[in-house]
Amino acid sequence: MKYLKLQKVKVKIAMLNVTNLNVGYGSFQALFNIDIDVNAGEAVAVIGPNGAGKTTLMRAISGLMPVKSGTINMEGTDVTKTPAHDIVKLGIAHVPEHRRLFPRMSVEDNLRMGSYAPQFRANYHKRLDFVYSLFPRMQERRNQLAGTMSGGEQQMCAIGRALMSDPKILLMDEPSAGLAPVIVQQVFDLINKIKSEGLTVLIVEQNVKQVLKVVDRAYIIEAGSLKMGGTSSELLGSSEVQKAYLGM
Amino acid sequence: MNNKYFIGFLAIVLCLLPLIGVQGYPLHIVITILIWSFAYTGWSIMGRFGLVSLGHGAFMAMGGYITALLWNYLGMSPWIGIPIALIITGLLALIVAYPCFKFRIVGHYFALVTLALSEVVRQVIIATRDYTGGSLGYTPEPHGEGWSIYAIQFPDDRIVFLYIAVFTWLIGIIVWRMVDGSMSRYALEAISEDEDASSAVGVQVTREKLKITILSAVMTAFAGALYCQYQMFISPDTIGGVGISLQIVFAVVVGGIYSSLGPTVGAIITLFLAEILRVSIGTATVNLTENLTINAAGFPLFIYGIMLIGFIIFLPKGIVGGLSDLLSKKDGQSLDIKSSKAK
Repeated sequence: MKYLKLQKVKVKIAMLNVTNLNVGYGSFQALFNIDIDVNAGEAVAVIGPNGAGKTTLMRAISGLMPVKSGTINMEGTDVTKTPAHDIVKLGIAHVPEHRRLFPRMSVEDNLRMGSYAPQFRANYHKRLDFVYSLFPRMQERRNQLAGTMSGGEQQMCAIGRALMSDPKILLMDEPSAGLAPVIVQQVFDLINKIKSEGLTVLIVEQNVKQVLKVVDRAYIIEAGSLKMGGTSSELLGSSEVQKAYLGM
Repeated sequence: MNNKYFIGFLAIVLCLLPLIGVQGYPLHIVITILIWSFAYTGWSIMGRFGLVSLGHGAFMAMGGYITALLWNYLGMSPWIGIPIALIITGLLALIVAYPCFKFRIVGHYFALVTLALSEVVRQVIIATRDYTGGSLGYTPEPHGEGWSIYAIQFPDDRIVFLYIAVFTWLIGIIVWRMVDGSMSRYALEAISEDEDASSAVGVQVTREKLKITILSAVMTAFAGALYCQYQMFISPDTIGGVGISLQIVFAVVVGGIYSSLGPTVGAIITLFLAEILRVSIGTATVNLTENLTINAAGFPLFIYGIMLIGFIIFLPKGIVGGLSDLLSKKDGQSLDIKSSKAK
């Protein structure tokens, strides 16, 4: 009886679990003892001023930055020593800062690169249909060179490319940066749409007001350290956040 | 232009040349063009992805010299010597390229590292002149009189070498097309645009770059070995050094870096240009007037330089790429940045 009971207890382990993370560029340390959890199905934001280390955190998770100490667990696997090209195979897809498309490749080739790894290739057409259904604009522009599209379209393409690998968690680094206000609204609508597809999202944003409307929880990083964390409504209600980020 | 039937047809025509009476000097020109085409194709399979190597002269010299040295000193048949030369060259490419790619030495810096490689190999050949003949050049010992299949030597008979050269050239084009049709090509194009984004989508950046670099180096080394067996004479300046490295880049840029036949067209143009300049100007001094004499030895390089600048500005896809653009424009197709897509 006891044994059966044990089996029923579901220990809640976060999908992505970052503990005590320290990351630096040479002698300069960018992140100090960061602890972050992202549960399956959640949308979590990391907010903070310029130079706080938000992008560094994203790059460390996706393997583009070497980690000094601490762990990054993706569904129980430590990925701190895993190279970037293997991390994507574990279900972590990264939409980098400034989109970082392949500008002289067509939209469709950019998307094709998203399912480059051998185990994704079999599902290429299925994923392509999915991305096109999510972003019909991309289907219209499939043969256009990615670098010739508008910023908002490029952002769609970058998100689409990340979705091509059928990820479990999507890391988005400042998807609204450098876009016109109207387009920013569209991008947040997109994020909502992706969230409603059941995808787990970790998003870095400077547009605090907008992003807190979309995500479930958020962390605030300042000068490389975790300042606070909580649900969106908690943060929206906190006087500190209102003063520093919402200009109230 | 890049049609595979056209290439097959071309290969058959080339094989039939001796039957319609082409021999002697014209046949020599054809063989030389084919061997160089293969070297240029070898360079272009990596050059087209922005991996501009100025070290392919080194790989070509390695191919030729190692084959000849093994034959002369150890009596090792080129049948074994050439594969050994290719393996050693591949290892050299690995040793030079791995740290470059690991530490993100790209673009101009990669070109400079490989440029140094060209000169290092040339200097090593000159410094070991007691064994290699230095800058005076080197000759593989003839293996008896006339033909020798064991030594891959066919003096006074160009027809055998024509077939070897046509076959090699065809292999080069096939390798080019295989790379063009592979997933590696997408990976390498992506890498040439953004290495970080490529590795984030799952491309093994260092590995893909190493694979293509080693393939390219080995092809060029094979061209060097073939050149050595055909000419029975090699020197650091005819198959190695910075001069040859630059000539390789020049020919591919002129012919067309994104087309399978581009390097071949480049070889035809550079060879004819070199021959014309040699015949019309020579390397001697020119008496402009009674009192003014200039040394014309540098004149071909001057012409190359002017042409290279002209092509990069006005016809960046080279002759073949420019032509196929023109054709597809006539067909009303949209212009692609890479002409290989318009084939």
